[in-house]
Amino acid sequence: MIPISWYLFLSAALFSVGLFGVLVRKNAIAILLSVELMLNAVNINLVSFWRYGNTADMAGQVFSIIVFAVAAAEVAVGLSLVYSVYRRRNTVIADELDMMKW
Amino acid sequence: MEPTQIIFLVTAIMMLSSAVMVVSSRHLVHAALWLIVTLFGAAVLFALLEATFIAVIQVVVYIGAIAIMFIFAVMLTRRELRDSADPWNKGWPVALALTAVVAVTLGSFLLKWDGLLKTSQPMAEGYDSVASLGTALISPDAFVLPFEVASVLLLAALLGSVYVAMNKK
Repeated sequence: MIPISWYLFLSAALFSVGLFGVLVRKNAIAILLSVELMLNAVNINLVSFWRYGNTADMAGQVFSIIVFAVAAAEVAVGLSLVYSVYRRRNTVIADELDMMKW
Repeated sequence: MEPTQIIFLVTAIMMLSSAVMVVSSRHLVHAALWLIVTLFGAAVLFALLEATFIAVIQVVVYIGAIAIMFIFAVMLTRRELRDSADPWNKGWPVALALTAVVAVTLGSFLLKWDGLLKTSQPMAEGYDSVASLGTALISPDAFVLPFEVASVLLLAALLGSVYVAMNKK
């Protein structure tokens, strides 16, 4: 059998890779891709805690479905923001989006 | 080594290497395709954890909808589909140090926990996790409120993204 630590360490590693991507990528779409990596790491944690705890208590799976819904909403709004910015400024590089700087 | 352990290790290596490719790939369409590999690995893990419904939803929603939406967004926003310069910020060593601190903190907290070697109990005979998930989602004693809030959130995101992306002339 697989001990729960394998899942937890894998998701910690995946979360760290996603965090690094959010911090370093220049392209706004690539930042959103890295956010998806982090959300997936969270989902793996939630489902593995469901499986290794009491399987009759569905809280873990329900929470991961909520995470799915939030991820879908975040991607839809995020990508439409990126697209709208691209039409106005003709760029998706996060460094060049400095309209709110003074 | 049991077969499930071998499947887990192969999936984990595949997921981590493709996640690194997502973060480092210069070509954005390639990054989105590597993200699909990672998401598929997560679906394999959900199947290993016997969360069958979540595994199916992972393939349908994440790979089928979200990843494809990313590819469309990449194609809509980049003329040459490629970062000409370095895809990373100038400050990436600082980010690497910060990420290492977070990873070490997470790992040390995990190592301090005493339930690490816990293994899963086999499912009870005749237990249907999909049925109990459905019951939990619509039962007033359980999670009907978060379920409804999630649907309102999706509606708001639908309207909001259409409004933001609309060409107002």
